[in-house]
Amino acid sequence: MDNAKWIAGQLIRMMVLLVFVAAAVFLLLSISPVDPLTTNVGQTALGAMSPEQVEKLREYWGVGVPPLSRFAGWAKDVLRGDLGVSLLYRRPVAEVIGERFVNSVWLMAAAWLLSGAIGFLLGILAGRKRGGLADKLVTGYCLMTASTPAFWIAMVLLMVFAVWLKWLPIGLAVPIGTAAAEVSLGDRVIHMILPALALSLTGISNIALHTREKLAEVMESDYVLFARARGESEGSILLRHGLRNIALPALTLQFGSVSEIFGGSVLVEQVFSYPGLGQAAVTAGLGSDVPLLMGITVISAALVFGGNTAANILYGLIDPRMRKGRRKS
Amino acid sequence: MEGHLLEVRGLSISFTQYEKGLHQTELPVIRDLNVTVDRGELVAVIGSSGSGKSLLAHAVMGLLPYNASSSGEMLYQGEPLTESRKRELRGRNIVLVPQSVSYLDPLMQVGEQVRKGKKGPAILEKCRRVLGSYGLGPETEPLYPFQLSGGMTRRVLISTAVMEEPELVIADEPTPGLHLEAARRVLGHFREMAEQGAGVLLITHDLELALQVADRVVVLYAGTAIEETDSRSFSREETLYHPYTRALYRAMPEHGFSSVPGNQPYVKELPSGCPYRPRCERAKGECAGAVPFERTDRGGVRCLRWREWAFGQEEPSLREEAAL
Repeated sequence: MDNAKWIAGQLIRMMVLLVFVAAAVFLLLSISPVDPLTTNVGQTALGAMSPEQVEKLREYWGVGVPPLSRFAGWAKDVLRGDLGVSLLYRRPVAEVIGERFVNSVWLMAAAWLLSGAIGFLLGILAGRKRGGLADKLVTGYCLMTASTPAFWIAMVLLMVFAVWLKWLPIGLAVPIGTAAAEVSLGDRVIHMILPALALSLTGISNIALHTREKLAEVMESDYVLFARARGESEGSILLRHGLRNIALPALTLQFGSVSEIFGGSVLVEQVFSYPGLGQAAVTAGLGSDVPLLMGITVISAALVFGGNTAANILYGLIDPRMRKGRRKS
Repeated sequence: MEGHLLEVRGLSISFTQYEKGLHQTELPVIRDLNVTVDRGELVAVIGSSGSGKSLLAHAVMGLLPYNASSSGEMLYQGEPLTESRKRELRGRNIVLVPQSVSYLDPLMQVGEQVRKGKKGPAILEKCRRVLGSYGLGPETEPLYPFQLSGGMTRRVLISTAVMEEPELVIADEPTPGLHLEAARRVLGHFREMAEQGAGVLLITHDLELALQVADRVVVLYAGTAIEETDSRSFSREETLYHPYTRALYRAMPEHGFSSVPGNQPYVKELPSGCPYRPRCERAKGECAGAVPFERTDRGGVRCLRWREWAFGQEEPSLREEAAL
């Protein structure tokens, strides 16, 4: 198949996916029992207002407008490149997301790279010899963290390193009471350590277990048996045949794990009050800030889809069986 | 006198298998096998497909899977072939030619695999020459295993062996999946290696093809070596001493294509004594007892009655039985 055609096909798939995701979120929000007025203005305040003021607020939050026409209105604006204005932040959604995204993207990238690298190494250690001591230790660790929710790990880390040891800040992305201009890169990094650690600790197990499985399979394959018969040392076998054959699945896994890191970040950012996309998503969801939530949803769906597509493209470029096979046909 | 290049004495290999939970059983795959290979000699071990003959190759190389165990003795140039000696010799003095493309790394180019990752102009030149001698040009080197045809794969695998200038070549089923002409050519390559002074142990299920290149043949029946003989013995039925070997002879197309009813028993349901007993028309009571491997003028045979029926000397008692 033609490369351009293939990429065009992927883009169309992404569009369809985004439409469905947006529609699903909208549907969920419109049947949600949360009353935007009560939540955001408060029962007491509402009671003290005149009917005209309440009517104005109802209009502002879009209460009473049929969901379908609200969705159509939102979609029409999005197609023109306008994500709308956040009802809670009273600023354009694109601006809010942009700001939050910068915070989140470093956090997620750090966790993503950390869990990928450590997971890959642990997987190699374990898969080199199925049933060995290293394998038992790594699998034990992985099964334990895989069954531990990210937010719980986040709270444990918070207690140990921020509350008891007081080594690291307890939350937020910058020191409290410092002017934005005076925040240094070091401050930002220090605030990022715990959330990134919490996110990657759980991400490791997935990558490590899959890498282990794949490497063990490779080490028990006919071609490794033949390499042994040819007198290659175990070290050379691992480097020459092992790594070569697990690199591709590991790469796919790594890009596929973008979604998990993103999902985990919602909870972890909440625990650390880290002003990222995840936290904004929670605020928007609980506060019925439809434009903001829709914007975040679309952006994150695109991010996850992008990760998976990148894995697909890389696989096709690197694996000789796919690369040459495509050229032949 | 430093002895045979390879001598295998009383080799038995068994598998441990779990069945129904934790109940363990031992599956005897190869039992009491004797075989020798000398320099310049091609010895074929013939056994039916799926009978575990590959394990013989793996045992000699020291590559048995963890759930297999072996007993018996192996000597290489008169010296015991210990596990550490196997590790030292394999890939250099003893090489394996495996059976299929799955033994090549799917993500590594052919040239690099033949060279075993070594670099340098000398090794490049040698690789090119060895591949060339099997009709594979330089254009083969950047190919990946999935791009090779069946015949090319075998020639690449043979090239990996020849690169080492080995003393002993163990070929594990090198012909399945090839058409007759290609299979003949592949076996011809093993013959050439023997002509050039290497000892070759050919493990195969194809008796007819093996006879065309082998000096000596060892026939397995249900994992037991029942006859070892000169491959010339197969030119006449009378020079074959075991009833099963004779049955094989008669089953060849040019000798009537006739078959003996029944199948080889599964290793779990082996009869006592001679494994061929249930199908043998000449079996008698004592065949259920121990049957030793006896030397003959042509090699060896595992049959209590080979003398009488090979040379036509029926015992008087038997004649009486027949009369009754």
